[in-house]
Amino acid sequence: MPTDVENWKSEVYGNEIRDHLFEFAEQGFDSIPDDERDAWFERFKWWGLYHQRNGQEGYFMMRIGTPNGVLEPGQLRTVGEIADEYARGPGTNPIFGDAYADFTTRQSIQLHWIELSDVPAIFEKLEENGLSTQQACGDSWRNIVGNPVAGKDAQEVIDAWPVIRELNETFKGNDDHSNLPRKWKVSVTGSADGSGQGDINDLAFEPAYKEVDGEEVVGFNVRVGGGLSRNEPRLARDIDVWVSPERVSDVAGGLSALFRDNGDREDRYNARIKFLVDEWGAEKVRDTLQEEYVDFELHTAGRDVREEYTYNTGAGERNDLVGIHDQKDGTNFVGLNVLVGRMGAEDVLELADVADEYGSGEVRLSQRQNVIVTDVPDDELDNLLDEPILEHYSPSPSPFMRGSVACTGTEYCSLSIVETKNRQVRYARWLKENVELPEDLDQFHIHLSGCTASCAQPQIADVSLRGMKTRKDGDPVEALDVGLGGGLGENPQFARWVTQRVPVDEVPGAIANLVESFADERDEGESFRAFVARHDEDELDAFVDPEETDYEDPMMHNTKRTWYPYAENDSMEDAPSPPADD
Amino acid sequence: MTTRLRVLDDGAWISVNDAREVRVSELWRLDAPDLCECTLTDLVVENFQTVGVDGSTVEARVYGQCIACGETGITDWVPIGRVRGGEFTELDRGAVRRVRREA
Repeated sequence: MPTDVENWKSEVYGNEIRDHLFEFAEQGFDSIPDDERDAWFERFKWWGLYHQRNGQEGYFMMRIGTPNGVLEPGQLRTVGEIADEYARGPGTNPIFGDAYADFTTRQSIQLHWIELSDVPAIFEKLEENGLSTQQACGDSWRNIVGNPVAGKDAQEVIDAWPVIRELNETFKGNDDHSNLPRKWKVSVTGSADGSGQGDINDLAFEPAYKEVDGEEVVGFNVRVGGGLSRNEPRLARDIDVWVSPERVSDVAGGLSALFRDNGDREDRYNARIKFLVDEWGAEKVRDTLQEEYVDFELHTAGRDVREEYTYNTGAGERNDLVGIHDQKDGTNFVGLNVLVGRMGAEDVLELADVADEYGSGEVRLSQRQNVIVTDVPDDELDNLLDEPILEHYSPSPSPFMRGSVACTGTEYCSLSIVETKNRQVRYARWLKENVELPEDLDQFHIHLSGCTASCAQPQIADVSLRGMKTRKDGDPVEALDVGLGGGLGENPQFARWVTQRVPVDEVPGAIANLVESFADERDEGESFRAFVARHDEDELDAFVDPEETDYEDPMMHNTKRTWYPYAENDSMEDAPSPPADD
Repeated sequence: MTTRLRVLDDGAWISVNDAREVRVSELWRLDAPDLCECTLTDLVVENFQTVGVDGSTVEARVYGQCIACGETGITDWVPIGRVRGGEFTELDRGAVRRVRREA
């Protein structure tokens, strides 16, 4: 039997939601019929609006999909202005203030405390500036990810940016692909560094060479069925297909249609294509694609460049895109660390000015929640580096700052079990002050995800932290499971969960002890990931060794029972009413 | 009177009559010998799987972990509240909940 969500989608979904959304916005939040709220909140996601968790009724998270993380000149300023004007609510974050933008692990942007009545004005401003929330959430093509510096990167094998643009234009607002069984996450990468992180996407295009008509040409190998969520992580499976850039749209559309027609619409937990690939196997996916969804002969896979991958691998160069890097046009891109991806609205506006002054005004967002200023000439580099804003958003940060990734957490998210962003900031600051990594390491990735949905991609970090609960001195407290040794690369590896339910105030001590054991016992030049790989789980559990330190955690209690974790009067009884319509 | 019961947002919460009533991240004490060997399971609720009714009692099947022994799994039907006169009342969070096996 189809789920309620499928029934709602069959009634109204896709582009047509917008008219209803605007009508509700005009008539006020209370005009949504009481017995239709679940249905409309589910549908609003397709237009990038997610009702915030309970205690925050009537406020929405708004996600802006920026394909490949590309913000053209002027667009960052638009985001900053919208955040400043509209992303203000009744709660003040003690670290980030009243208005901010979140850069996500899928190269998108999230704003919070959005009121329904403001949505038409926000959409108008976004669209005037070439931005959109369309399909940023919901069951369809999500924001397409890749190497954010596609088209500029000196290490590029093939420029994936035209391909990504074509896919975005073809499959955004496309009625044939607007109602899929579940979300559909696509990665297209043209660089040899693996920074598109294709392995953890539903559909991945990765650079590969193929001999066609006696000539070696560059295109993409295709993988299907990756993803991290729900304790069921999968790496995308090789379906033995190579495709030319001109045919990517045909193959992507074929696979999207295959998923549309064959995904499980009766059980949302089983709906993602990773489960269909489990059931069918890669060969059947390929055969079905060939026989039913494309009208040309598919090539077999080409020669990939996976052995060159470095991004998020835990070893070698360019584990992220922070720092100064060469562009192929002779200018530079400068990756800036944005701790946990959150930037105050004033800083967003200032960075837009800086990007304008020293580069082309364009910025790009990476999957490590960082921002990249592009097109900076050599003779402007020193001036850019002297800008005060780069003291905070540094191109050469501490390994613990640059390695931090965190999801939204209980501040706004219904599914999260623990507070995340502020906690990860506090962890990173404490680790920076108190822990010494071996001198030859400038990278150490710690990803904190509030639950098994894995929005912070915890399974592909050196240290993976995942929200849990435990009791401490008999009282329930927020806790984290600790996993070690995850990473991507030629041979990707998910973290092994070695220590369970560490009270959150003992996690910094646990990481300090772990790093100390690593420093003492590693082989010369050994990476952390390699060190983890040669130890068994009992040994690793012993290295973790949770311990109280002078780190203090003000969010030990059940932050989900608050209307806002940092409010002075935080109980649900003190929750604000839905915003008045004005 | 019909009561609308739903699990929404990837199992994050249970909706009763289009209102968000019960959410993940709570700790529940369960009498659930099929889930783990603890006298009482100390379950952190990570995901709601399904929701239903038994008379006036609203029940859910839940994915979670016993934080005393570390066992994980999906429970049988756990009471989460009652509906009377169309109004939902959540079960006291400190209550010991007896799991009902599927008939």
